[in-house]
Amino acid sequence: MKRTRADTEASHRKISRRAAVLGGIQLAFVGGLAARMNFLQVDQADQFRLLAEDNRIKDSLIPPVRGEVFDRNGVQLAKNVPSYRIVVKREDIGDVDVALERLSRVIRLDPDDLERALAEMKRSAPFHPITVAENVSWEDISRVSVNAPALPGVTPEVGLSRIYPLGSDFAHVLGYVGPVSDYDLDQIETPDQVLLIPRFQIGKVGVEAKQEDRLRGDAGVKREEVNATGRIMRELDRREGRQGADLQLTIDAALQSYVQARLGEESASAVVMDCETGDLVAIASSPSFDPNLFVRGISVADYRGLTENTFRPLASKSVQGAYPPGSTFKMMTALAALEEGMAQPDETVYCPGHLEVAGRRFHCWKRGGHGNVDLQNSLKQSCDVYYYDLAVKVGIEKISAMAQRFGLGVRHDVPMSAISEGLTPTMDWKRRVHGQSWVVGDTVNASIGQGFMLASPLQLAVMTARLATGRNVSPRLVKSVDGIEEPSTAGESMGLNENNLRKLRSAMNDVVNDRRGTAYGSRIIAEGMRMAGKTGTSQVRNITAAERARGVIGNDDLPWDRRDHALFVNFAPYENPKYAVSIVVEHGGGGSATAAPIARDITLQALYGGEPPLDAYPSKDRDRIQIQQEHLRGVRPMANLGGSDQA
Amino acid sequence: MSYLEYTVKSVPSGFRKILYLNWPLTVLLAAVAGIGFLMLYSVAGGSYTPWAGPQMERFAVGLVLMVMIGMVPIWFWRSVSSVAYGISVMLLIGVELFGSVGMGAQRWIDLGFIRLQPSELMKVTLVMFLAAYYDWLPPSKKSRPFWVLIPVVVILLPTALVLRQPDLGTSILLLAAGGGLMFLAGVHWAYFAAVLAAGIGLIAAVFQSRDTTWQLIKNYQYRRIDTFIDPSSDPLGAGYHITQSKIALGSGGWTGRGFMQGTQSRLNFLPEKHTDFIFTTLAEEFGFVGGFSLLVLYALIIFFCVISAMNNRDRFSSLLILGVALNFFLFFSVNMSMVMGLAPVVGVPLPLISYGGSAMLVLMLAFGFVQSAHIHRPR
Repeated sequence: MKRTRADTEASHRKISRRAAVLGGIQLAFVGGLAARMNFLQVDQADQFRLLAEDNRIKDSLIPPVRGEVFDRNGVQLAKNVPSYRIVVKREDIGDVDVALERLSRVIRLDPDDLERALAEMKRSAPFHPITVAENVSWEDISRVSVNAPALPGVTPEVGLSRIYPLGSDFAHVLGYVGPVSDYDLDQIETPDQVLLIPRFQIGKVGVEAKQEDRLRGDAGVKREEVNATGRIMRELDRREGRQGADLQLTIDAALQSYVQARLGEESASAVVMDCETGDLVAIASSPSFDPNLFVRGISVADYRGLTENTFRPLASKSVQGAYPPGSTFKMMTALAALEEGMAQPDETVYCPGHLEVAGRRFHCWKRGGHGNVDLQNSLKQSCDVYYYDLAVKVGIEKISAMAQRFGLGVRHDVPMSAISEGLTPTMDWKRRVHGQSWVVGDTVNASIGQGFMLASPLQLAVMTARLATGRNVSPRLVKSVDGIEEPSTAGESMGLNENNLRKLRSAMNDVVNDRRGTAYGSRIIAEGMRMAGKTGTSQVRNITAAERARGVIGNDDLPWDRRDHALFVNFAPYENPKYAVSIVVEHGGGGSATAAPIARDITLQALYGGEPPLDAYPSKDRDRIQIQQEHLRGVRPMANLGGSDQA
Repeated sequence: MSYLEYTVKSVPSGFRKILYLNWPLTVLLAAVAGIGFLMLYSVAGGSYTPWAGPQMERFAVGLVLMVMIGMVPIWFWRSVSSVAYGISVMLLIGVELFGSVGMGAQRWIDLGFIRLQPSELMKVTLVMFLAAYYDWLPPSKKSRPFWVLIPVVVILLPTALVLRQPDLGTSILLLAAGGGLMFLAGVHWAYFAAVLAAGIGLIAAVFQSRDTTWQLIKNYQYRRIDTFIDPSSDPLGAGYHITQSKIALGSGGWTGRGFMQGTQSRLNFLPEKHTDFIFTTLAEEFGFVGGFSLLVLYALIIFFCVISAMNNRDRFSSLLILGVALNFFLFFSVNMSMVMGLAPVVGVPLPLISYGGSAMLVLMLAFGFVQSAHIHRPR
């Protein structure tokens, strides 16, 4: 095709024109882009910068170090020790099954843990570390480290784990910690963020649970830069948390250990309280269990063993148990009558072996009766009829009111689990709870600590301490927090007639130290160490008329769970009370035979601050005591420590 | 004036041709590529691997390729343009039949030494072929319906093939480049007005057809449009790209966070941080100043091309230069619009900056033609 010059010139002009038009459009578009850029980067920059920070920064919590627990002398009761765990990262281990198979050839892996780890691994990002084994022994850690080249992505890590060096001796006092459960979270209105850390450990029972707020501390925060998948690139900032407070308990670990050993395998409990300060120097409950099992995660078999044991090792009987106080309650009945002026210490009541009240016959434990008894004799010999008589005169309301002043039927503020309130019945209470009106027979039963009356060993110890001092002593379990002494609970004077108290103490002295006293066999002969106390034997069954007709059946002939509870309360030294002690041996038979000897051993141990010399005991008991002491030395973890482990 | 008419003597020969290269354009291309290296170095966290190093090698190869093509006389390229178009169409059919599937679409053909994306090549050869067509066609016939229909078929054939891959972004670019060239060649504006009206009608039809039996496009394409219109409707799904890229851009502010200080792109909040979304890194690290500077560089490249075309009395040459410039413009403007949330997310890289061998080489090839036209212009 031949082209003319004019044609090409015209077409060139046309193209140039169109090029200019299109160039203009393009320039306009570029201008539009620039305007948009200006809008995003200059006008809205602040807003987007904020969004960018949001994207980039992840705050995460640093779990606080839990406070440790010590006894009154600085012996460590709960501590944090490094614990090792095996952690794997999916992105580094290659084939998960092969890697875990290889790992299980190096160390033993728990199939349950493994299953949980695999499930967790599926859910989380590949770089997220997953724990496959916890509380791994040092040997296993070494084995993993040695085999590290063959185990890519498997790393040993160190964390803190709780252990209780004295194990079962403090199981009921301290309780134990465990990982936060969904149930725990439901219990708390606004859970602390730190609780949401996987497997964060919190106190489950005992001091660990009740002092959780102090022990836990505050979580720190670390601010890290993360990428879009959540992988941590670097740490930007760190605010250390506050470590939990260290607690010092009022308990004397050596004594506690002794008491626990002395109670042995009986289903029993004991409380030793400093009458002067209210400090609880020992609170024991037996049989006990090893709280360390719970920290590690108790096996089903072990747990079943604990729950199915008829002696109920998991129950903290010293604070949780509510028993009819039996004759140990008689001081309350007597004091109510004395304070009301309804009785005088030297007034006598005739005991023919029973008392007829409202057409019903109430028996004294001694079938033949005690004859004429005054306060001193009635308490010494534990005559029941004397107290029936006083109770009918003074009435249940006054008795229960007096008992409450002495800490019975009151929930004491001690940081342990399931503190029992006990029960001091009133007319109103019976109508409310049972829908029946109070009858005088109820008062008669209550007067000797039977019937509706219930008290825990802790309450009995408080009662005894208040009797011994005349002051409103309250129990205290935490001595100091991070070295700062907790407020004293020694209490003010109760405002009772000192003469009446002195009479009662003197009678309690006779219970133990008078030849005719019910606990004469458990007296202390060391000068200035003598104890005063009261035995109690509380029925757990009703004696039927038919049984009574056949004659009282000896406790030994009954099945264990129908035998009487054996109780004993005492304070010592009599002249200058230092310790109040209460003992309850469940279905132990008689207070004088079973509970009083235990109380004496514990009292002496407390007074001497260690093993008492044999000559504190009456000479005929010394051989037996010597054998017992040798035996107990063998089973006590604290016995050989002396004071050497004290911090 | 056609190439047949100018004297060979007036054109530089031998290696002296290098002196007659369009040097401003060459320097601008190198400057933009240099910005690209910096950004690739930065998104890799301060490392030449895996992106910046290979990209530099490719640019070097591309530069040599451009100069070599530039030294070949433009009349040679004119004579092979129909063959080039034919080969490109064959390759597109080849991809359809044997191509490897990448990102859910058939786009590559593996030639052993390079994974070729025929649709990239098509952008250049289409422009080349249309320029040759209008060079051949007497100007008086260019607006006659029959002679308009031929280029329309020439454009629609590859567009349809690319759309089948499916690659909506590239097919729109092909359509726009082809249409733009027809406009430059001087086809009567009434045709464009008609097509524009039809286009608007089609868009309306597409929206009308949603959820009906005669639905025109796929559901995922509708979703892309939805999330484009309202990115916050699906912030972690399809809207994630747009939202995150706006956050990165906006957080740059006036002067940016500084080189290598960008957090959003380096921390992988941005998808495709080294390819389609690389502009966000630039904007985050160098702010408005950096982004605007790049825009100016791009505009200058277009400007120098247009100047070169206007000064070229050879019809094929000027149309080819303008066609290449138009392609280049479409590349960066669509990419930037997408990144700034002005257009839906379609897979279009940022020219000379995004990591990618095929796109870089084809682009340098295209600028080779621009250089050839510039060197061999009638004087």
